[in-house]
Amino acid sequence: MLLLAFDTATPAITAAVHDGERVLAESTTVDARRHGELLMPSIVSVLDQAGVTRHDVTAVAVGIGPGPYTGLRVGLVTARVLGAVLGVPVHGVCTLDAIARAAITAAAGREYLVATDARRKEVYWARYTAAGQRILGPAVGQPASLYPAVPAAGEGPLLYPAAFGEPIGPRYPAASWLADFVSERLAAGAVLEPAEPLYLRKPDARVPGPPKRVSAA
Amino acid sequence: MTAPLVLGIETSCDETGIGLVRGHQLLADSVASSVAEHARFGGVVPEVASRAHLEAMVPAVDRAFAIAGEKLAAVDAIAVTAGPGLTGALLVGVAAAKAYSVALGKPLYGVNHLAAHIAVDQLEHGPLPAPAIALLVSGGHSSLLLVHDVASNVVPLGATIDDAAGEAYDKVARLLGLPFPGGPPIDAAAGHGDRSAVAFPRAKYRDGTLDFSFAGLKTAVARWVEAREAAGDAVPLNDVAASFQEAVADVLTAKAVIACRRNGVTDLIIGGGVAANSRLRALAAERCAAAGIRLRVPRPGLCTDNGAMVAALGAELVARDVAPSSLDLPADSALPVTDVVVR
Repeated sequence: MLLLAFDTATPAITAAVHDGERVLAESTTVDARRHGELLMPSIVSVLDQAGVTRHDVTAVAVGIGPGPYTGLRVGLVTARVLGAVLGVPVHGVCTLDAIARAAITAAAGREYLVATDARRKEVYWARYTAAGQRILGPAVGQPASLYPAVPAAGEGPLLYPAAFGEPIGPRYPAASWLADFVSERLAAGAVLEPAEPLYLRKPDARVPGPPKRVSAA
Repeated sequence: MTAPLVLGIETSCDETGIGLVRGHQLLADSVASSVAEHARFGGVVPEVASRAHLEAMVPAVDRAFAIAGEKLAAVDAIAVTAGPGLTGALLVGVAAAKAYSVALGKPLYGVNHLAAHIAVDQLEHGPLPAPAIALLVSGGHSSLLLVHDVASNVVPLGATIDDAAGEAYDKVARLLGLPFPGGPPIDAAAGHGDRSAVAFPRAKYRDGTLDFSFAGLKTAVARWVEAREAAGDAVPLNDVAASFQEAVADVLTAKAVIACRRNGVTDLIIGGGVAANSRLRALAAERCAAAGIRLRVPRPGLCTDNGAMVAALGAELVARDVAPSSLDLPADSALPVTDVVVR
C-alpha cells in the first residue's frame, strides 16, 4: 500500500507519503493564507522524496477539518480529484483526531482536549480519553465555555491560555500522524470518514428585508 | 495531427463551469449553477458559492467527458480561471485544476476570466480579428478593452466606476419585486413595455471617457418608482423595465462604438452575462451596422460564465506554445486584465 496524506484545515499545509508501515516523506509549511499555492507543490515534493510516482499511490487520506473553510476546501477538492483520476479510495480524517494522536504521550494518562482556531474568537474542539479516543465533538464554540482545567493540544490553548488547562502541544497537525492513523485503521478493517468537509457553521448570509427607500421621507 | 484537447475550469462566481475544447471546436460545456441557492439572498453569497463548487467539481468534470465522449487520459492541457473573481470560489477551481494537472501529468494554465470571455467567441465565429474592441458586461464587470491579441496583449480602455451593469439589473429587479438574477426577468418585462416611457439618466454619456457608471441609474429608477407609489399611482413595471434597459444598452453600445472609432478598429466583440440581453444585442447590431463595425456576440449560453471559454483561451495558449503556469499558481481576486496568463 502507498498512502498519500495531507491536511489544510489549520495554518499548516502538510503532506506525507506512507507505505503502510512507516512514513516515507513529509513536508509541513505554515502559512495561513497560501494553502491553494503550497499544497500541490508539497504533494509533488513528498512523492519525489519518497521515490514514488502518482501511479504508485493506492489511497488518499485528507483532513476534513473542522477548519477555516477556504483552506479546508483546497485539501478536499485536491483529494477528491486525485482519487477520481487515479482511481483510488479517498479517506477522510477529522483533523482534530490527527492532532490528538500526537498528544497522547503528553496527556500522560489524563483526558484532554484538542482545540484549533475557528476565528471570530471561537475554537473548533473535541475531547479525548487518555488513550486518544474522541468522546465529545467535533464542535465549534467560545473557549471560555469549555473545560478550563483540562490539558489541551492544538493552537487553541496558545491563543486562549486562560480558557484551557496545560498546553500539551502539538500546535498544528502533521500529515504523518494522519497517515499513521489511516493505515492503522485500514489494517484493523475499520471504516474511515468520507471526504466531506466538517464546516460546523452555516454560511454567513442573511435574507435581505425590503429595498431601502432612496427618496426623502 | 489533431488539435490539443483542453479541459477548462471556471469557478470565479456561482457557476461551476467545465468545458472541453479541441482547437476551436467545442466538445462539451457543462455548467452546475448554485444560482437558485443565492436567489433568496438577492445576490451571490460567496461562501454558499464556494461550498457548491466543491460538491459540483468532480461530477461536472465527469459529465463533460461523458458528453464529449472523451477519456480523461486524452487531455493535453488544463486551463483554469485564476482571477478576477471571488477568492474562495476561485481557489476551489485552481486547486482542482492543479490536481487534474498532476494526476494526469499534463500542463496547467491559469488564465484571466475577462480574456476567456473574449476567446470563447472563437468557438462560434472562428479566429478573432485583430485588433478588436471587446465590451465585457456581467454582474461583476463592465469593461471596454482593446484586444491586440487575446493570448498576450489586452489593453483596458474603460470600466465601470461603481456598479457593474449586471449588478444594476439585479438591484433594479429587486426594487421592482422581480427575482434574482435580474437580467432575464427585466428583459422579459421590457419586451412588453415602452422604452421611451421614462427618460432615465445616461451617466457619463458625453464625458469623453470610456468609463461607465450605473449606481445613479439604479437610484433614479428607485426614486421614480417611489414617487409613483407615494402618489398612489400604479407602477408601470413593463415600461420601467424597458426604459431602464434602454438606458443601460444605450450607454454601453454608444461607448463601444466610440471605442472602435477612436482606435480605428472595425470589429467589436461583446461578452459576459449581460451580452445575453436581447436589447443590448439588438441595439449593438443596429449601431454597429450604421458605423460600419463588424459585430460578434457568442450565443447566450457562451456569454454567461462557463468552462468552455476557459478551455477556448487555454487551447489558444497551447496552440501558441505559451509556457504553462507553475504549481504554486495563486488565485487573484483582482487580477488585472493585462495579465492573460498567470505564472
